[in-house]
Amino acid sequence: MSSYRLPKRGLVDRNVPLSFTFDGRPMQGLEGDTLASALLANGRMLVGRSFKYHRPRGILTAGAAEPNALVTVGRGGRAEPNTRATMQELYEGLEARSQNRWPSLAFDIGALNGLLSPFLGAGFYYKTFMWPAPLWEKLYEPVIRRAAGLGKASYEADPDAYEKSWAHCDLLVIGAGPTGLAAALTAGRAGARVILVDEGSLPGGSLLSDTATIDGKAAADFARDTSDELRSMPNVQVLVRTTAFGWYDGNVFGAVERVQKHVREPASHLPVERLWRIVAGKALLATGAEERPLVFGGNDRPGVMMAGAMRAYLNRYGVAPGRTPAIFTTNDTGYTLAQELEAAGVDVVAIVDSRPAAGVDYRGKARLVREAVVCGTKGGKAISAIEVHHGGRTETIAVDALAMAGGFDPIIHLACHRGGKPVWSAEKAAFLAPGSLKGLEVAGGAAATTGLAACLGEGAARAEAIVRELGLPCPPVAVVKVESEEGIRSPAPLWSIPGIKDKAFVDFQNDVHLKDIGLAVREGYSHVELAKRYTTSGMATDQGKLSNVNAIGLIAKARGVSPAEVGTTTFRPFYTPVSFGALTGAHTGHHFQPVRKSPLHDWAKKHGAVFVETGLWYRSSWFPRSGERTWRESVEREVLNVRKNAGLCDVSMLGKIEITGSDAAEFLNRVYCNAFLKLPVGKARYGLMLREDGFIYDDGTTSRLEENRFFMTTTTAYAAGVMNHLEFCAQVLWPQLDVRLASITDQWAQMAIAGPKARMILQKIVDEDISDAAFPFLAAKEVSLFGGALHGCLFRISFSGELAYELAVPAGYGESIADALLEAGKDHGIMPYGVETLSVLRIEKGHVTHNEINGTIVPADLGFGKMVSAGKPDFVGKAMLQREGLTAPDRPQLVGVVPLDPQQSFRSGSHILAKGAAATLENDEGYVTSSAYSPHVGSTIALALVRNGRNRHGEEVLVWSGLHGESTPARLCNPVFFDPQNERLHV
Amino acid sequence: MASLVPCPNCGRRPKEEFTIKGAALSRPEADADSIDWFDYVYLRENPRGAYEEYWHHTSGCRRWLVVARDTVTHEIAACCDAAGRARSEARK
Repeated sequence: MSSYRLPKRGLVDRNVPLSFTFDGRPMQGLEGDTLASALLANGRMLVGRSFKYHRPRGILTAGAAEPNALVTVGRGGRAEPNTRATMQELYEGLEARSQNRWPSLAFDIGALNGLLSPFLGAGFYYKTFMWPAPLWEKLYEPVIRRAAGLGKASYEADPDAYEKSWAHCDLLVIGAGPTGLAAALTAGRAGARVILVDEGSLPGGSLLSDTATIDGKAAADFARDTSDELRSMPNVQVLVRTTAFGWYDGNVFGAVERVQKHVREPASHLPVERLWRIVAGKALLATGAEERPLVFGGNDRPGVMMAGAMRAYLNRYGVAPGRTPAIFTTNDTGYTLAQELEAAGVDVVAIVDSRPAAGVDYRGKARLVREAVVCGTKGGKAISAIEVHHGGRTETIAVDALAMAGGFDPIIHLACHRGGKPVWSAEKAAFLAPGSLKGLEVAGGAAATTGLAACLGEGAARAEAIVRELGLPCPPVAVVKVESEEGIRSPAPLWSIPGIKDKAFVDFQNDVHLKDIGLAVREGYSHVELAKRYTTSGMATDQGKLSNVNAIGLIAKARGVSPAEVGTTTFRPFYTPVSFGALTGAHTGHHFQPVRKSPLHDWAKKHGAVFVETGLWYRSSWFPRSGERTWRESVEREVLNVRKNAGLCDVSMLGKIEITGSDAAEFLNRVYCNAFLKLPVGKARYGLMLREDGFIYDDGTTSRLEENRFFMTTTTAYAAGVMNHLEFCAQVLWPQLDVRLASITDQWAQMAIAGPKARMILQKIVDEDISDAAFPFLAAKEVSLFGGALHGCLFRISFSGELAYELAVPAGYGESIADALLEAGKDHGIMPYGVETLSVLRIEKGHVTHNEINGTIVPADLGFGKMVSAGKPDFVGKAMLQREGLTAPDRPQLVGVVPLDPQQSFRSGSHILAKGAAATLENDEGYVTSSAYSPHVGSTIALALVRNGRNRHGEEVLVWSGLHGESTPARLCNPVFFDPQNERLHV
Repeated sequence: MASLVPCPNCGRRPKEEFTIKGAALSRPEADADSIDWFDYVYLRENPRGAYEEYWHHTSGCRRWLVVARDTVTHEIAACCDAAGRARSEARK
């Protein structure tokens, strides 16, 4: 079947055959092929089914704009749907599958949609599936989604690696065609730092499929020699297989490099794709031009191809597009193709030229039909004939391929990514890049310059000017001599063609045809943005690279205005689809986010801790012992043991901030709502930090270790936020204060030693006297351990309500000190306990956490109203705390809740309803913020924020959870369930 | 996607290193009118064009900066240390 491969011609290596499969069928291609060229060489015309009508589709282009030849490449986690066969380099063993067909590509049931097409026009689903509404989600959408679509994503994990990189340069050249190569060479020789990117596998762009000679060399050889010279320069980086997909502020360009998408088994030491962010002093857009399709009946039939694509398959890949091709052209480039086909031994059946006369003197064998158009095609899964409309009649000519040459549209996407709108040029009959772009220039085909010599010259001249702007000396630019047979590109666009009967496609990928555009205009959707959304023209993976200008031209014609008046839709990144893998980079799996482990993590693990993830931290949750069947049993044992003997808990993850400076006390006085200025040295104090809106931000204890040195603790979750906030206060609000802040969370291992026997255990390792007299409640100071072997900080603070201390030691000593404390307390019954027990202990004591400090709570709501300093002239939140809404009597207030029946339970998040009240939003009295089973009380206990709760102790309420269908009669009470007189703290 | 912030301490750095607080407003005096406080805490301009914001170089020098940027083009016109500006305003 490989009979379409020509014996000579092209850049493919006929000595290196490559085996691949398409829909399971084995085929052969050559080194240097794309999947598309290999399929064509195998005579494969039909490669896909269209989006809506499931029409047979072939290969339309030879590049990035391909709307039809989308296939799934690879298998398992490497399966990549919607791969453009025109961009996929062939490799040995490549597996490709066609998409959007069932049961097979050749026999596709979905093609029945074609019969329904009168009902499937633009906006059909807006009109058709309106009623009954519930069917939309259940029936219409699933059915439509199955019928209309592209490839399917793999559900398996991607086994490959991706990475991100930054690059910096003086000049970024986008596109390594004639313009880009000439520019890069000029700037590179002048010594500028140049990055040249091209989406193709080889630098050269159109040179690779051009038969011209440059300085006596074949165009492709010129491209190779030029890129070789560029690669030899230390100041030049050439990135192939790299698509610049976006232009962003700061002249930063996004680009994706497909490092290993052209190999069967990616090497594990390299990424498969690399996302570049390129910071460019200047950039030159040398992306060339896209050939414009012609809109005639059946222009989507396999075998119809862009003329430039046919040139590429012929000259670069050595593949004949057919044996009896015809050419439909509106300009002279069609004749160049005809001559090249004939030179390759392929006889052109006919050249259909829309103009009365050509600009070139064609002397080939093809029949010339002037002032004529192709208005239709015939054939099943491949073209068999064209219908030529000329002189008022229609003639059928048998062909097996058709090239269409409809003129050229500059590829200006990137130039429009920062808000600039394309400008219609009547002279060039094309949309050009917006003028006066900062940092980006457009040259060559992208600026509607035509002709090889002109592009080479323009690329060099623009680079020279940029180099001079950079202040570098620029050696004289060598003028190259070009011999080319390419005809001049005629600007006259051909929007509409007479005599069309079959569907004439405007947007191939979305199955939008001529009549859809007309319908949109008739129904009032003639604004280009509305027409796009109503017809879907210009959407999906190709983003209308081929269709947009034709759609605009047709709308303009229907409205009787110039395309300038219609304008374009908005160009946004990405130019072509970028994989999620590339955007994610290395942030997958366990690299998705960092893991934070306390310095006591290994100690906890050694003692059998069960860990829980809280934010980035792994915290020891409880420490099961043999014989315990549930976590509740372990937690109850730990709770009772703390109340009876002593427990040791890792609290290292609390945020710790050291605050120093001669104004440190004044600073704390301003960031906390309670007073800190006169906190004595050697004392700790509980502090409440507000936001400027008056609500509580965070809480914690802060100790004055020296006159001008404080040790602050924050909650675990808000540690980073508090640090940022304090820095804001110190730098922006009060820069005149002498204060220094340092995050010391990671420097200290901190452990709570709580329980009636805490002191006698701790005293065994602490050198100083820590009796109640010498070291009373809220004492805080640096202590010496083991006879001066180590120093730490000791705080007599208690979250559990017991006699308790927190000991901070340098992080690296954490594990040995924790072990030493367990050893010291062995005879006193010490046990490790985790955050579950910590939580039960604090709920029993009515201590709050961020469950209660939920961002809508002020100090008075928690019973801390008297803590707020009335005397301080200023603190964060002072002004707004006075608002009437924040002092209203019906504010939510902290209360305790217990079930009437101790056997019953309820959970956090449940709502509080007055007894007998219906469960409505208006009757909502508040909600349960924290709950736990309390071994001390012998039932579930909870904290809740309840409207006017402080005055409702003793009231019977209903705890209701609609989510779980639970309602539990309960009683509001004092939130302190254990030792309300705080006697145990002061022993 | 990839704007660069010219940090006065660290040079041009990617925006991912920064966190943005919002409008660079001056805090009212403690005894200012409640209207001023409402403005400061809740009300924001939403200009199309030039805008000054507090940015924190969280993963860099940890300084708070005043970034003057254009909300349309994202171009940054100026970037200075917020403390320096606050001090010079206090002198006025």
